[in-house]
Amino acid sequence: MFFEQENISSAEYAGTREGADMMKVTETIAAISTAMSDSGIGIVRISGPDAFEIADRIYKGKKTLSSQPSHTVHYGWIKDGENTIDEVLVMLMRGPHSYTGEDTVEIDCHGGVFVVRKILETVLKNGARAAEPGEFTKRAFLNGRMDLSQAEAVIDVIHSKNEYALKNSVSQLKGSVQRKISAMREEILYHTAYIESALDDPEHISLDGYGDTLVEKVEELLKELKKLIDTADNGRMMQEGIRTVIVGKPNAGKSSLLNALVGEERAIVTEIEGTTRDILEEHIQLNGVSLNIMDTAGIRKTEDVVEKIGVDRAKNQAEDADLIIFVVDSSRNLDENDFEIMEMIQDKNVIVLLNKSDLETKVTKEMIQEHLDKPMIEISAKEEEGIYELEQTVKEMFFRGEIAFNDEVYITNVRQKEALEQAFTSLKQVKRSIEDGMPEDFYTIDLMDAYEALGSITGETIGEDLVNEIFSKFCMGK
Amino acid sequence: MKYSVNSVWENKDVYDVAVIGAGHAGCEAALAAARLGMRTIVFTVSMESVAMMPCNPNIGGTSKGHLVKEVDALGGEMGKVIDRTFIQSKMLNRSKGPAVHSLRAQADKQEYSKAMRMVLENQPGLDLKQAEVVDILVEDGKVTGVQIISGAIYRCKAVILCTGTYLKARCIYGDVSIETGPNGLQASTYLSDCMKKLGVSMYRFKTGTPARIDRRSIDFSKMEEQKGDERITPFSFTTDPESVQREQISCWLTYTNEKTHEIIRNNLDRSPLFSGAIEGTGPRYCPSIEDKVVKFADKNRHQVFIEPEGEYTNEMYIGGMSSSLPEDVQYEMYRSVPGLEHAKIVRNAYAIEYDCIDARQLYPTLEFRKVEGLYSAGQFNGSSGYEEAAAQGLVAGINAAQKILGREQLILDRSQAYIGVLIDDLVTKESHEPYRMMTSRAEYRLLLRQDNADQRLTKIGYEIGLVSEERYENLLEKEKMITSEIERVEHVNVGTSEKVQNLLIQYGSTPLNSGATIADLIRRPELHYNILAPIDENRPQIPEEVAEQVDINIKYDGYIKRQMRQVEQFKKMEKKKIPEDIDYNDVKSLRIEAVQKLSAQRPVSIGQASRISGVSPADISVLLVYLESMRRA
Repeated sequence: MFFEQENISSAEYAGTREGADMMKVTETIAAISTAMSDSGIGIVRISGPDAFEIADRIYKGKKTLSSQPSHTVHYGWIKDGENTIDEVLVMLMRGPHSYTGEDTVEIDCHGGVFVVRKILETVLKNGARAAEPGEFTKRAFLNGRMDLSQAEAVIDVIHSKNEYALKNSVSQLKGSVQRKISAMREEILYHTAYIESALDDPEHISLDGYGDTLVEKVEELLKELKKLIDTADNGRMMQEGIRTVIVGKPNAGKSSLLNALVGEERAIVTEIEGTTRDILEEHIQLNGVSLNIMDTAGIRKTEDVVEKIGVDRAKNQAEDADLIIFVVDSSRNLDENDFEIMEMIQDKNVIVLLNKSDLETKVTKEMIQEHLDKPMIEISAKEEEGIYELEQTVKEMFFRGEIAFNDEVYITNVRQKEALEQAFTSLKQVKRSIEDGMPEDFYTIDLMDAYEALGSITGETIGEDLVNEIFSKFCMGK
Repeated sequence: MKYSVNSVWENKDVYDVAVIGAGHAGCEAALAAARLGMRTIVFTVSMESVAMMPCNPNIGGTSKGHLVKEVDALGGEMGKVIDRTFIQSKMLNRSKGPAVHSLRAQADKQEYSKAMRMVLENQPGLDLKQAEVVDILVEDGKVTGVQIISGAIYRCKAVILCTGTYLKARCIYGDVSIETGPNGLQASTYLSDCMKKLGVSMYRFKTGTPARIDRRSIDFSKMEEQKGDERITPFSFTTDPESVQREQISCWLTYTNEKTHEIIRNNLDRSPLFSGAIEGTGPRYCPSIEDKVVKFADKNRHQVFIEPEGEYTNEMYIGGMSSSLPEDVQYEMYRSVPGLEHAKIVRNAYAIEYDCIDARQLYPTLEFRKVEGLYSAGQFNGSSGYEEAAAQGLVAGINAAQKILGREQLILDRSQAYIGVLIDDLVTKESHEPYRMMTSRAEYRLLLRQDNADQRLTKIGYEIGLVSEERYENLLEKEKMITSEIERVEHVNVGTSEKVQNLLIQYGSTPLNSGATIADLIRRPELHYNILAPIDENRPQIPEEVAEQVDINIKYDGYIKRQMRQVEQFKKMEKKKIPEDIDYNDVKSLRIEAVQKLSAQRPVSIGQASRISGVSPADISVLLVYLESMRRA
């Protein structure tokens, strides 16, 4: 309420308690804190004042966790209601003696992408919120668990994780999903604005009978949301999986490879909409390992403008990839394009495919070895030979933990699902309010919550949306 | 225009605060300052225009009614004056939730103005002076006085600018453009340049008003009568409700039609708005009739409210038809409306353009960042409306006085009051039109109700010194009654007697299987506190306003608690102050856009920073870490 007359200068600011006090957070956050690979153990970390309480809600063991001393490990099970998800070890750390300086619970499970994720979702359902990118580190610093010299590093982590998450959350969202969410948001905003216009100008705009109209709309929206949530459950909302990019010079056989990988009765989980003309994308499962495969334009020096755009995109894709499959045409001599590609992918996870083994071979493993030291397989994409060996190699790399999911993609998906569920709950509440005969101004509170939750998926904030919608769609008085 | 005069002399009277302008902002500012012991002088271009209402004849309305209640709760004057001078009163949105109930009164314009002027004239320590102020005197970045058009200098410690729509004002209709303020009053021509000299950046805004028509020329038989409430609620918490139950004057409703719209469309080329003669930005929420016809072309009629301007005048305000079309078109247009066929126009409709400031140059205290002791309030800050002006005037008046007294500045936050939302929006968000209060702008509106403004703010008014001991004691007593009655009804079980079941059935409520408390029953949408009296035998005698609070607090408990939790989070961010001299260029990893916006606006808190468009949550995280490392350094 009151504001200090003297504006604080930074000199005075140093050493005030105010900074530290305010940092005390009340929300409890959770995230998966191991890389999303099938290797080793998966850890879900919960941090914040309710960490113990939340863990107790889902943990079944000999003892209640909150009654246990700090820095102890407990054996038991994680349950989602009646369903047992996994056998786990739970580690308890009370603040301030933890990484974040807050009460922290770590749930170690048997790993497996599906299980770790299921546990995280259960934790979120029981009162935690998905951590924002870099939030554990941020809290650790704000709670005095990291020293001052690390401040810049902390800022960097937050910054880069956010950039990455932002890029992921929107770019990884399927076009169709994005369009659906936008359409729902528009609908919600329109109805909110109508009600608000009427509240602001009751003598010009009437709300008589509007509840009936709205309840129908809300039911439709709930149905659509339900569908989306199911989609998210199946992991189909996000283009998640090991981001795999096929590169090679033109006519090396990249597309035939993709066809070979996809074509044989292997489960195609999705057909990706909205892929760019020049990059084809397929989602495939190799015995439990998800790959998100992108075929790119052949990389070569070119003067053609359109082709150049394709080539640049291919390079960018390769840059972001978790795994690169480099296709070499073994029937043609290595040329400057091959050398450029090899240069570009030196530090990446790469599998080299010597394609066209059915033709006369001009390129040998040794010739490539000189420039690029990576696993190599001879294949014939056309005859579909060597595909099995490729699969095996990918799986081995995955289980050895050499290639991993970008965990941010999974986390983002979990966050987005959480947002969908929030929107669902809010709209349910709108429906209940209408049915209970609550006044109209209560509807818009929950409508706007749903609007905001959906916006967090597509990376849009509210800002002045409502006021703008009111003025543009409805004629106010005076 | 640059001011120059030879006869400079210094007035030797000693003043603490000078208020420039005696509109709704100026009146509240001056009264607050004087009541806090400041020797205060108010300058006005015309003594006849003190507390004038140059546009609509109402006080209150949706969300504006909240502002009036809040001004009153803090110890302001607007509510008291309108309680004495209204000619009709209505609680709007009564069928909706309590958060959007809004009181609106039709004012007797002249009576209102006279009554307010009387309050000012009788306020000890307050002087009124008819004069145009031409310059603000500043030394070493601090205000030292003002100079008026005669050349006289008045020394003071703080200046509050409440110039409304007078700065470089221009009134326009058709091809007529006259350099006057509202109602043909003298515009203020020099002060704009003085502002520019002080490095203040200005906007040019536009607003408008409809015609006034002679009551005798109106055929009311073609219109629907709009009566006031049967039981009138006063604005001021200090007004005895019985004292305001008086006879009311009706308003009337009629509609435009296709013919009206055709007349307008055929003459659009003669409208200064469409020809480009008006450069200022108009408000989207109160469009002129020509705007409505163009923008909402599918609507075949618009409502027109005919409202009396007072008890002792025949002038009627034509609500809904503001315009800047030429006079001949105005006649034709108004006369196409049923009941207005023979209308005689007393005052033409006109648009007005004026200079105002980009309020992002102010602290949330309403003091200029660049000039110490210089405050501003009202339409000069880019808002619109009498109530918005009064609210800012009160805060500016309080803060100017508090500053001189060496006390804390008052900043109401968004969770405390509509006044907080209003000022925060003005000083934080970029706006290209006059800002109007709306309930949808308040994110915690369930907590910011008009009925609990006293519980939210009267303690603050008391601590500042604008609310009397007696009034504060009364509030504490009321709060005690509310708490104990809530406590009681939470524990009274009504059982399942026939009497109980019959009462429930009577109000369409499901009979009980096992007992329930009175509170449980209040939570049912079809029931409320008062109708449960027959089955609540030991109910104590409590005033109606206490019963209302009990009802609301129990009925909407879930929602209220939810908003209170959100407020907790919000407060944390507000409390986190950002050092005045922070250099955002030093904050690594802030995005360039964020650096630019933050450097330009210099928010006082992390909370305010987070509301600046273009500053992302990640930027806020980065900023928090940076501040923490500064704190430890």
